[in-house]
Amino acid sequence: MSDVMIAARGLTKRYGPHRALDKASFEVKKGEIVGFLGPNGAGKSTTMKILTCYIAPSEGTATIKGADIWDDPIAARAAIGYLPESTPLYGEMLVAEYLEFMGEMRGLDRDGLRKAIRRVVEECGIGSFYAQEIRTLSKGQKQRVGLAQALIHEPPILILDEPMSGLDPNQATEIRELIRRLGKERTVILSTHNLSEVRLTCQRVLIISKGKLVADDTPEALAARGRTRYTLVVKSAKNARDAFARVKGVDSVRVRDERAGETTLEVLPTSKDDLRAALFQAAVEAKLTLLELERRSENLEVIFRELTVDAGAADADEARDEDDDASRARGEEDDEREEEREERAGEPSGASDDEAEGAKPSAEEEE
Amino acid sequence: MRNTITIASRQFRSYFNGPVAYVVLCVLLGVIGVFFWPPFFLAGRASVRQMFTLVAYAVTFAGPALTMGLLAEEKRSGTLELLITMPVREAEVIVGKFLAALGLWAVGLLASLPIPLAVASLGNLDWGPVWAGYFGVFLLGSAVLAIGLAFSSFTDNQIVAFFLTLTTAFVLVLLLGWMTPFFGGSVATIADFLSFMSHLESLARGVIDTRDVIYFLSVTGFALMVAFRALESRRWS
Repeated sequence: MSDVMIAARGLTKRYGPHRALDKASFEVKKGEIVGFLGPNGAGKSTTMKILTCYIAPSEGTATIKGADIWDDPIAARAAIGYLPESTPLYGEMLVAEYLEFMGEMRGLDRDGLRKAIRRVVEECGIGSFYAQEIRTLSKGQKQRVGLAQALIHEPPILILDEPMSGLDPNQATEIRELIRRLGKERTVILSTHNLSEVRLTCQRVLIISKGKLVADDTPEALAARGRTRYTLVVKSAKNARDAFARVKGVDSVRVRDERAGETTLEVLPTSKDDLRAALFQAAVEAKLTLLELERRSENLEVIFRELTVDAGAADADEARDEDDDASRARGEEDDEREEEREERAGEPSGASDDEAEGAKPSAEEEE
Repeated sequence: MRNTITIASRQFRSYFNGPVAYVVLCVLLGVIGVFFWPPFFLAGRASVRQMFTLVAYAVTFAGPALTMGLLAEEKRSGTLELLITMPVREAEVIVGKFLAALGLWAVGLLASLPIPLAVASLGNLDWGPVWAGYFGVFLLGSAVLAIGLAFSSFTDNQIVAFFLTLTTAFVLVLLLGWMTPFFGGSVATIADFLSFMSHLESLARGVIDTRDVIYFLSVTGFALMVAFRALESRRWS
């Protein structure tokens, strides 16, 4: 049997003249944890609703574990464990009743149901509130119950729509760990607009913007697409800009700030070669007093912004929407960076995409 | 079928987890209790025909309350998405929801049984028309509930579903019957044909006319079909 668990071919969804999804094609293989990344309204949830057969595409099709969503939606649904956005649950039910109901809907018999409930209770850590009414649970606990129902029939594919939205950093870390564990045996697609979540959880990233797939790569490979920038702070001098522009390998030099007798310059190189020594040498030769020199690689946030904001820039009508999306994404990135910093404080071994190499924080951060 | 029963039993239990079931049962039994006995003692006849009229009036108000949340609330809260993405057919969801409401309606009717039993203890009650009457209000109730389910499938707002069902049920159960004497000719014939009360009347007299049974079953079937189509239409919206 092929190890392709999800194959989407030319998925398009139109709402009137608006294309929520535009010819999206991708495959997800067995055992992959794939992050579906994009700003709000990019088409992530639409794709998930199509894959779970909740809505039908206007064009294109998809197969779920070999079952076509048009020809055999029941088989496609049976192969999926789904957690929709905002974790809809029946608040008036007890967790135990709810899991029983979902297990019965999945066709489990009495014995199978008992075993399945025992397994998911342990797997998702819901034993302490198993006999509680769902409406009394915290957001994190509800998320666990949502995951438990998605896992009750041991599906080979898990589709999770923004599983960590609205969770505090501790809850998010717990759910992330759970998803990582689950992903060892299953194919997982999770949608998010949270970049740190993708970096920490997923092996592959699909970036979607305005309904179009604009990137399909590993988080590392995406981050490697970023340009390197050098930030130099020198004592103000007229020749500063020209001195660095002459250095071999420099593409452009921009004066970013000039105040209190200090000039901050931003140097963009033509390649990834390390220019720090050459820039230092140029400063010496031009008799410039170099106060700071920092090399910095663009991180996933910047790549994401470029991919999702620039994707439709040509369309003047859509430019306004894009600004909205970008500002939303930027706002989320700010939250995210904060979250990430908190996480790093708790996880000293966590790798960073930023490769800041300098003695002081960059001028950008200081601002 | 198994899915239908699972959905019906969850919905049925959820009625009793909230106030809906108790309110509906109180309204039904309250209306019968308050309005049945005074005229019964005045007439001094061992008959419960008047009770079935009151039950029909009660379902005009109780039906919308029973059905307003069936799909509208599931849509609003998002649980419908999870339910529909189970390996289940839309028809199973519709029938399951309908059976739950019908089950509660049957419980309400069963709860009213002490009234004919009390009447029987007071006089010589003919049980034939009683069973036929119960059969009639069960069918009438099922038609109102199916209409309510259809309206619940159009919207994600329970209040909208409630008022649309209430208005339709009011017209079909009460208004058409009241207005028929004021019409003449074919309008009166059509109004009489559509009126739920005119179809209930003969059943409550103990006459099981297949035309009345088919009428109620047709309205029920049509409304359930509309609900099914409305639920299915979300795929193409």
